[in-house]
Parts: sequence; C-alpha cells; structure tokens
Amino acid sequence: MSSNSQKKGFGATIWDYMTTVDHKKIAILYLISGGFFFLVGGVEAMMIRIQLMKAGNDFLSAGTYNEVLTMHGTTMIFLAAMPILLAFMNAVSPLQIGARDVAFPFLNSLGFWLFFFGGIFLNLSWFLGGAPDAGWTNYASLALASEGHGIDFYSLGLTISGFGTLIAGINFLVTIINMRAPGMTYMRMPLFTWTTFVASALILLAFPPLTVGIFFMVFDRLFGANFFDVTMGGNTIIWEHFFWIFGHPEVYILILPAFGIFSEIFAIFSRKRLFGYTALVFATILIGFYGFMVWAHHMFTVGLGPTANAVFALATMIIAVPTGIKIFNWLLTIWGGSISFTVPMIYAVAFIPSFVAGGVTGVMQAIAPLDYQLHDSYFIVAHFHYVIVGGVVLAILAGTHLYWPKMFGTMLSEKLGKWTFWFFFTGFHLTFFIQHFLGLMGMPRRVYTFGADQGWDLFNAISSAGALLMAIGVIIMLVNVVMTVAKNERVGNDPWGDGRTLEWAIPSPPPFYNFAQTPLVRGLDPYWIEKMEGNEEGMVYAEPLGDIHMPNGSFIPFVISLGMFIAAFGAMYHMDGHAWALPVLIGGLAITFGSMLVRSLKDDLGFHVTKEELIADNERIKKEARALEGGKKGGLK
Amino acid sequence: MMKGPKKWRLFALMTALLVFLSGCGREEISTLMPAGKVAQDQFNLLILSSIVMLFVIVVVTIIYVLAIVKFRRSKVGEDMIPEQVEGSARLEFIWTAIPIVLLLILAVPTVYSTFDLADVTAMDAQDEEGAAENLTVNVTGKLYWWEFEYPEQEIRTAQELVVPTGERVYFNLIAADVKHSFWIPSVGGKLDVNPENVNTFYLEFDKESSELEEGVYFGKCAELCGPSHALMDFKVKTLNREDFDTWVAAMQEEQEAPTEALAQEGEELFGPDGLSCIQCHAVNSAGAATGVGPNLTTFGDRTTIAGFMEHDEETLKNWIADPQQYKPGNLMPEAASLNDGEELSDQELNALAAYLMSLKVEE
Repeated sequence: MSSNSQKKGFGATIWDYMTTVDHKKIAILYLISGGFFFLVGGVEAMMIRIQLMKAGNDFLSAGTYNEVLTMHGTTMIFLAAMPILLAFMNAVSPLQIGARDVAFPFLNSLGFWLFFFGGIFLNLSWFLGGAPDAGWTNYASLALASEGHGIDFYSLGLTISGFGTLIAGINFLVTIINMRAPGMTYMRMPLFTWTTFVASALILLAFPPLTVGIFFMVFDRLFGANFFDVTMGGNTIIWEHFFWIFGHPEVYILILPAFGIFSEIFAIFSRKRLFGYTALVFATILIGFYGFMVWAHHMFTVGLGPTANAVFALATMIIAVPTGIKIFNWLLTIWGGSISFTVPMIYAVAFIPSFVAGGVTGVMQAIAPLDYQLHDSYFIVAHFHYVIVGGVVLAILAGTHLYWPKMFGTMLSEKLGKWTFWFFFTGFHLTFFIQHFLGLMGMPRRVYTFGADQGWDLFNAISSAGALLMAIGVIIMLVNVVMTVAKNERVGNDPWGDGRTLEWAIPSPPPFYNFAQTPLVRGLDPYWIEKMEGNEEGMVYAEPLGDIHMPNGSFIPFVISLGMFIAAFGAMYHMDGHAWALPVLIGGLAITFGSMLVRSLKDDLGFHVTKEELIADNERIKKEARALEGGKKGGLK
Repeated sequence: MMKGPKKWRLFALMTALLVFLSGCGREEISTLMPAGKVAQDQFNLLILSSIVMLFVIVVVTIIYVLAIVKFRRSKVGEDMIPEQVEGSARLEFIWTAIPIVLLLILAVPTVYSTFDLADVTAMDAQDEEGAAENLTVNVTGKLYWWEFEYPEQEIRTAQELVVPTGERVYFNLIAADVKHSFWIPSVGGKLDVNPENVNTFYLEFDKESSELEEGVYFGKCAELCGPSHALMDFKVKTLNREDFDTWVAAMQEEQEAPTEALAQEGEELFGPDGLSCIQCHAVNSAGAATGVGPNLTTFGDRTTIAGFMEHDEETLKNWIADPQQYKPGNLMPEAASLNDGEELSDQELNALAAYLMSLKVEE
C-alpha cells in the first residue's frame, strides 16, 4: 500500500482527490478551493475600492455594486475564510492528537463536497441572471423585494454549503472527544486543537438557526410562504434575530481557530511553552460561550428598546475580558523567549496590534448609544475588517506558511513571504484605518457612490490605494506558491526546527496512516518533551507495531453533493413555471438519496495495512530522510 | 437668520478653518462636530471610550515593544533554550481585574445614556388646552425618498425636514416598503425605519442651519435598501422657533397659483389634463395624504433635486426626462411614458421646470 510515493498520471490524481477520505488530502482540497474563492472575493473587494476611489465614479452601476458587495462578504466569510480554516483543522488537528484520521472520514469528504458545490452554485449566479444583492446579511424586506434569482442562489447555495460545514463541525467534535492518543488529556491538547474543538461546538449550535432562517427565506421566495412578508402578517425582524444568532458565533468560528494558529506560532517561534495555557483554554471556552449571548449588539438601532440594548451592551463588553486575557498571555509567552522572526512569526507579531485595534473599537461599539452613530457607517466596516483581516486573514496567511511544509513537504520562500507581508500589512492598515474616520464623518456603509460635497474624497482615495498594496501582496504570495511547487525541495519532519506538538514528529507530508504506532503523550507539547530528553524518534509509542485498519476511498460523497446541486436548480426555476424544473428537482434528490441508499446497503469494511507493509514503508521514509540529510550537507558546502 | 453678511462670512471662515485643522469632515454631516444634545452625548461617549481604549493600547504596546526588542533570537543567542514558564495566577488576576474595572467605567454612562436617549415619555404630553407640548414628526421611508408629516400642524412635506432649534423634536419612523434607517450624523445617531413597527426617538437641534456653508444638515439612509440606497439623502433645515412658526403657517395656507406664463403652462402640464404628475405628487401641504411620490409644496425652497443633485432648472429637466438614469430603481416613471410614448419637448420641460421652481412657501 505504499503507493503514495509512486508517480501518478494527472487523471489518476484527480480521481484520487475526488474519492479521497484522507483528512490530509481533504485539507488540500479545502485549501485550494478556499484559496480560489479568496481570490474571487479579493477581486470583488478591488472592484469596490475602484468604484469608491473618487466621488461620483461610474466604474460599477448601482445594482452591480450591490451584487459585488454582497458576494464579497458572502464569499469571504462562507467560501474563503471558513474553508481555509477547515483546511488547517483537517491538516493539523488529527495529527496534533495522535489520530490516524478523523472519526468519520466518509462524512469529512461529504462535508467538503457539499461546501464545494454550494459555493459553485452561489457563484454561478453571476452567469445566470445576476448575483444576490441584499448584502451578506440578506435582510428580509430587501431580500424579498429583490428581483431575479440572486437571493435564491444565496439561500440555496448557503443551505448546501451550510450542511457541509455542519457535518465538518460534528466530525471534529467526535474526533477530538474520541480519538486522542493515550495520555493526550484535554488539558494537554495543543491550543489549535482546543480552538478547533470550541469552534466546532459553535458550528454545531450556530448553523441550525441560519439553516432555519434560510429555509424560511427559501419558502417565502419559492413557495409563497409569508414568514417575512409584513403585508401578510410576517415579520422581518425575526430574520435579523435568526441571522445574528448565527452571525455572531460565526465570527468566533472564524477567530478562534485563528487564535489557535497564533498560539502555536508564538510558542514555536519563541521556543517557549504557552504562558498561562489553562487561562488560554478557559478564555477560549468563555469566548465561545459568550458568543451566543450578544447577537443583539448587531441590532442596537433596530428599536428593541433600552432594556434589551443595555443588557446586550453589557454582555458584549464582558467578551473583552477573556480576549484581553489571551492577548496578555501571548505577550508573556514571547516575553523571556527566543524570538525567531520567520514569516509565520512576523504575521503573529503583526496580529497583536492589529487585533487590539479591532478589539477596542468593538468595545466602543458595545456602548449602545455610541453605536447609534457608528452602526452601519464606515466605522463598522473598519472595525470588522480589523478583526477579520487583522485576525483571521493574517492567521490564514501565517498558517499557510507554517503548515505548508506539513501539508506539501516543501517550504514557501521566506523572502517572498516577507515581501507579501509588508505589502499586505501596510495596505491593510492604509485601507482600513482611515475608514474609522470616514464613518465618523458620516459616511454610511454599502453606498455605491458619494457626492463630492460630502468631504470624503481624500480618505476614500487613500483607502483605495491601500487596497492596491494588499492586492500586490496577494499576487506575490501566488508567485511564491507557484515557485515553491515548481522547485519541489523536500523538507524533513520538523522544518522550523522548534516544533513542539505531535505533527512535527512525523514526516512532511505524513504517510497516509499518519502514525505507524500510536504515540504515548507524556505532557503538554509532547514532541518538545521528547526532544528535550534526547529521544531521537521524537515519540514514545503506546502500542507495538501491528496491522492498521484504514477506510476505503469513496466517490459517493461527490455524487450525493452533486445531486443536491442539481436539485437546487430545479427548486429555483420551478417558480418560473418551467416544465423541466420539477423533474430536475426530483431527479437531483433521487441522485442524493439513491447514493445514500447505496452507501447504507453496501458493506465497506475498509482495508488493513499489514505490519510488513508498515515496516517496508518505514524503511522508505528513513531512506528518504537520510537522502535529505545528505543533500542538505552537500548543499551547505 | 443672518446677522449681517460680514459676521456670517467671518463665521464661515472660522468654520472652514476649524474643519481644515481638525480633519473632522464637514459640519453638515460629521459626527465629530455635534450640533445637538443627542449627538453631543454620543460624542462624549466616543471621547470617554477613546481615552479608556487608548490606555489599553498604550499598555499593550509597551509590553509588546519591549518583548519583541529584548527577546530576539539574534540577541539572546541561537542556542538559548528559554525557561518553560507555565504561567502566573497573580498576573492572570491582574489582567482580568483591570479590564473589568475599565469596563465598569464605561458601563455606567452606557446604561444611563441608553435609557436617556430612549426616553420618549414626554412625547404625548399636552398642555391645559389639549395641544401637544412638543413637536412630533412622522417620518416615512419610501424607496429612495423621505416623507415628513407634522400631525399636529396637519402639514406634510418631503425630502427636506424643517425643525425648530432649541427644543426636543420627537420622531415616529416607519417604512412604506423595505427597511431603511434614519440618520442625521451631526445631530444624533440613527434609528432603523422598519416596515412592521413604528420606532420612536427624539433629537435636539442646537444651531440654525443657515449658519452652515450649505445651509442645511445632511441626512442619510443608513440601511441598504436597493440600488439607490446611496442616493436616499435628505436635508434638514433648522429654524429658530419664530421662523419655524412662520414656515408652518405658510405651509398651512392654500398655495398661490403661479403668475408667470411659462409656469402656468407648466402647471397645466403637471395637472390632470397634462401628464398627471399630480396623481403622485401633491403640491399643497395642508391636509395632504401620504404620497406615492414626494410632496412638492416646497420644491422651489429646496437645496437639491431628488435629494442629492444640484438645485437648478437644467438638472431638473434632465431628471424629469429620465429619472432612472440618475436614481436607478426609483419608482418615478419616465416622462415619455406619461406622454403617449413621446419625449417631452424642450418647451414642455422648460414649462415644468419653471412651474416646479415656483413652488415656494419661504420668502
């Protein structure tokens, strides 16, 4: 079974990825498709900034601008940030806890394909009559009034991809609860695994409200229900509640794994264990918990009344406490350490002031009466870009550099990485810092144009210039990826030299079974402990070498998702009275449920990797490692 | 009222200087130059929270800069293995307790102000004769324009809100179609204009808008409401109580017919025997019902056309000929569609413009 070292044809590789249930390959799928959508969302962002670079610009029409802003937000949140974080969760969490795969490999694949088809469906709206145009928040009165199928693409696309995310969340919960190696107690779990765990719990609890809300929206628009139709006794505020009961935890679903990535980076590149590990864990849990108590701070101006506003204002302020605890513990982690300014570490170091700036404006907006001024102005645009770009996107860029060797076995160029960083970081602050003041100067968000008599010209021009720098940074990053793939210089187990957790104790990329023998964990940062005690293997083992049971790949997840994708078209065009729509809807669902039936009835017991194969594979790995070592020495001369 | 052009000019100059120096935006629309109690309260909260937050930022920055300067690997040595510190309960306590204290400092004015700004109990107060003590304005948000009804005075206008200075003005807000949000940045924070319920709040206007460079405060729709959301502007004219009463009285009167021949021709066109513009646009204010289109009684007094364009006849004619080109998605039909499919002639447009510009209640 040690076939992964052999060269495969292009078609065979594609087929391999379409049928894979291996968490490491699914991670790569998430990274590539999430990266693609990140570029799409980035192009949309550039279009926004081009349109707003001067007063009265006519680069985009009013209607198109609304489509672009809606798709920018929706794409970046649902199709870029979350999938890329899921890529790291998939690539790293199972390795960090010493597992051979996630608990449900088949579901893992299904989750990815549902997300993928949902995302494609949503983006096809550009070519099929127009994209959604009611903002990523899709407030109900505007959404119901929107003509064309844009909003239907939004609601059906997010339903499909939402299923995928929910499945992924459940999978990680079960994996982390059940599949930790012996000795890997909860309080020895690496912070990234902890944040994956809490974020998964948030996914489990936050996505159902969104699904319910979107279902209502689908029924209102496609089947004439009246959940949100005010003239028929419906209520649009209910949509806002549904959306934000999901939407606020969603921000934490994004930021917690980002915190996890930065926690790993601070520890690794300071050569120091996380300061206040316990506090960091409990702060994570508290943030996740409070995340569900504060949704109405997005609705201070809705008119919920002073009592609700005051309660939610205070609840929101409390979140600053655990977040502050995290910031200070990270600072104390690097304090007294030995800081190596690699690209991931530069991002982590840059993250602290950026995120603090985003955090303090968050507290300012928690002050409800002040929020009446800040809400829906460019101040809030600045705020959430400071936390999402300054937190999540910096974490994604940092994580890409940090985990690239573990995922692909090669190192991204540090030099180009630093160029990317400086362009992106400078551009980011240039773009968004000034937007705080635009908001205070009275500029509302989501405006496709502004008059020359409003006094906003200069700051908008500066903001657009910053966006250009960010774009240059991302382009350099792409060049970096292409060059790294082309060069293909292999690296060893622990390419950063200071790895602390289990994933750095095994080859890069790891063999498909991850661990030939399940490791025994003797404390926090198990690989560091073994290194410090001079253990050359990097691990102690909890079991003797023996046969390993592995799952078979399957094409069924792809087909199940494809069926939903087809059915969505049928549901959408059914309301236009096309005769073919109903058969397409039924046919799509038949494909989905039919393939589920096949999955249920067909026995798929997986296969075993025998002890002999493991020994042979181990020899191969050692040989490659020696060759790498020799190559390095040769190269140094 | 202007108190002599000299003083006014000096004031304008000083204002311009102030704007230039502070970089705070324009006085007509900036939250940083509050022109009323509500905006002032909110501005004070902004300053208070900014100070507290600045303190946090300074503390973090000091630790941060020291850490990344002192503990670089190039400084501490390539092979140094730092002590693996687990944490410190005392430090954890400190950085839990101090933020809580800071938040308490913010929490008290937050709660006070939240209730204070929502206090509309005096709204329905009546004096001994049963007349309302306070001015109430009913605001209706419609696709890309605003209607203002003064229920007590039984008058109605659109696009330019006229209010007295130095007293509390109460607002009832409701949307006629999709959700909007009512925002006059320099006077006070926004409140959503929902389609299903009336939202109520108050604002106070300190200064007469004639002192401003543009003569009006700028109001905005702050909730995405469709293609022309960005253009759903309104203006606010603040008058002292005396001038306001004069304005109300003028509004309550029957408006005079135009005297100029061209304007009379325009009135004919505007009316039921012409293009029937009057079906949607009322031109009298007193007792007018809610309109499909904005009430035009004060059209000649306004500072903008359609809420955001230059107030001149040329713009007005372009607007009438093709409203969709300027405010996409608005509900006003093209003039040609009311004229049996034929474009209006220059003469007809001139007449309409002259008529509309003649609609005035102010001197």
